[in-house]
Amino acid sequence: MSIKNLDQLYRSVIMDHYKNPRNKGVLDENNVTVDMNNPTCGDVIHLTLKVEDDIVQDAKFEGEGCSISMASASMMTQMIKGKNTSEAVKIAQVFSDMMLGKDVDDSLDLGDIEALSGVAKFPARIKCATLAWKAIEKGVGQDDEQ
Amino acid sequence: MLSKEIRQHFPILNQEINGHPLVYLDSGASSQKPLQVIEAISNYYKFDNSNVHRGVHTLGNRATEGYEGAREKVRNFINAKSTEEIIFTRGATTALNTVAQSYGRANVGEGDEIVITYMEHHANIIPWQQLAKEKGAVLKYIDLEEDGTLSLDKVREAVTERTKVVSVMYVSNVLGTMNPIKEITEIAHANGAVMVVDGAQAAPHMKVDVQKLDCDFLAFSGHKMCGPTGIGVLYGKRDLLNQMEPVETGGEMIDFVGLYESTWKELPWKFEAGTPIIAGAIGLGAAIDYLEEIGMDAIEQHEHEIANYAMERMSTIEGLTIYGPADPGKRAGIITFNLEEVHPHDVATVLDMNGIAVRAGHHCAQPLMKWLDVSATARASFYIYNTVDDVDRLVEGLRVAKEYFSDVY
Repeated sequence: MSIKNLDQLYRSVIMDHYKNPRNKGVLDENNVTVDMNNPTCGDVIHLTLKVEDDIVQDAKFEGEGCSISMASASMMTQMIKGKNTSEAVKIAQVFSDMMLGKDVDDSLDLGDIEALSGVAKFPARIKCATLAWKAIEKGVGQDDEQ
Repeated sequence: MLSKEIRQHFPILNQEINGHPLVYLDSGASSQKPLQVIEAISNYYKFDNSNVHRGVHTLGNRATEGYEGAREKVRNFINAKSTEEIIFTRGATTALNTVAQSYGRANVGEGDEIVITYMEHHANIIPWQQLAKEKGAVLKYIDLEEDGTLSLDKVREAVTERTKVVSVMYVSNVLGTMNPIKEITEIAHANGAVMVVDGAQAAPHMKVDVQKLDCDFLAFSGHKMCGPTGIGVLYGKRDLLNQMEPVETGGEMIDFVGLYESTWKELPWKFEAGTPIIAGAIGLGAAIDYLEEIGMDAIEQHEHEIANYAMERMSTIEGLTIYGPADPGKRAGIITFNLEEVHPHDVATVLDMNGIAVRAGHHCAQPLMKWLDVSATARASFYIYNTVDDVDRLVEGLRVAKEYFSDVY
């Protein structure tokens, strides 16, 4: 049995986020809300953001999905809290590059997110990991429009 | 059970996936192809390729004979009265859309009813949703029994004199339920409605006899029954097809073309605009020859035995839920399940790492997922080349998945 291969995907930090999701829940009304789903597999995310003075002051998510999609959402909210919107977009782009297996800027502190780099080797699971990041890109974009 | 030698006909099965011999349990999504089919397609392109119905030359004749020969094989396979009733399509989806857009548009009006069930595949839901919206018709869903079967009493309640179309899948791609199509057809007809059957999960696995069922339309796909992708079949009763207008128009399907008016060819060609999927039809014909040589009854029996063995073995895994009828007599070779809280994607990835291919997701049946109150499920579906060893590998893989994720919960 290929446990070693599985460990490349399910790193312990990912399983920790899945088991103990950070920022789970819904922010009060009058915040930015984004609902996204992955139509091919049924994963859903409901993301709420509090953006003030261009800074993501708070972020919470609820959703249903596999360990990768929910851990990725947890890591995403953890990462973008306190960042300004252009930084948030930049991190989302870095994440997208990481999923495509591209080299990413070493100088960036990716924190827990780095653990998701193994997903790039599992093509069928990339969409699971990117759902939350598509949601933040959309959410930050919505704030621009307001 | 069928002989394991059948596996030798499927070259794709003879490989390792992630360091383990492949166990293919996703035939419900698409079956593998025997050499006989692969060679029929390849030989067509090597020796006979040409367009159909227009060549005066020899290759044109050979292509036409191959294509129309396949139609006769399909006719015989489902026991239709005439090849006029066999229309080649891109797949079951196109076939169902053709019925909705041609028969449906002409016969369903405001306030009329279309009756389907909660277990339908999206291909047998959305064409009717679109038609109902366009016409102001009512789309009604027959609720399921707790075990995922249909009750004829509920069918009788749902189908009324306002019902113009009843459309039901023969075998559920999720629950494995085999539906009583003959009886439902009688109820539809007693109320003056036509009966449409989505046979995508039935035609590959059991004898389907359209005259016995007395259904008005039947749709199925080639690629789930050892044939290639891109080819499927719409069967329709001749009288109905004759009344219907084509959905697509263009070359091949015309009789006479004027500047402002055109007339159509006779059946079945009036529904086959453009150059058809010639190699696909020939491949499907070869697939039918292959399946009939084994025998549809033997195939059904084999899948029942494998599925029963799988149900037995899988129910020994603690925390594993199997959806659909518990009574093996009511189900086909499809087992949909969830393993405790482990998400089906994660289950499928662990299995894939062990060389086992299963489907995970909503199986193009979101209303049914809602009915089951799950967001997704995993599914093992069996075919002629699967063995009890495959089931043992699945069970072993599921135990690994359970163990691997055990510390998460």
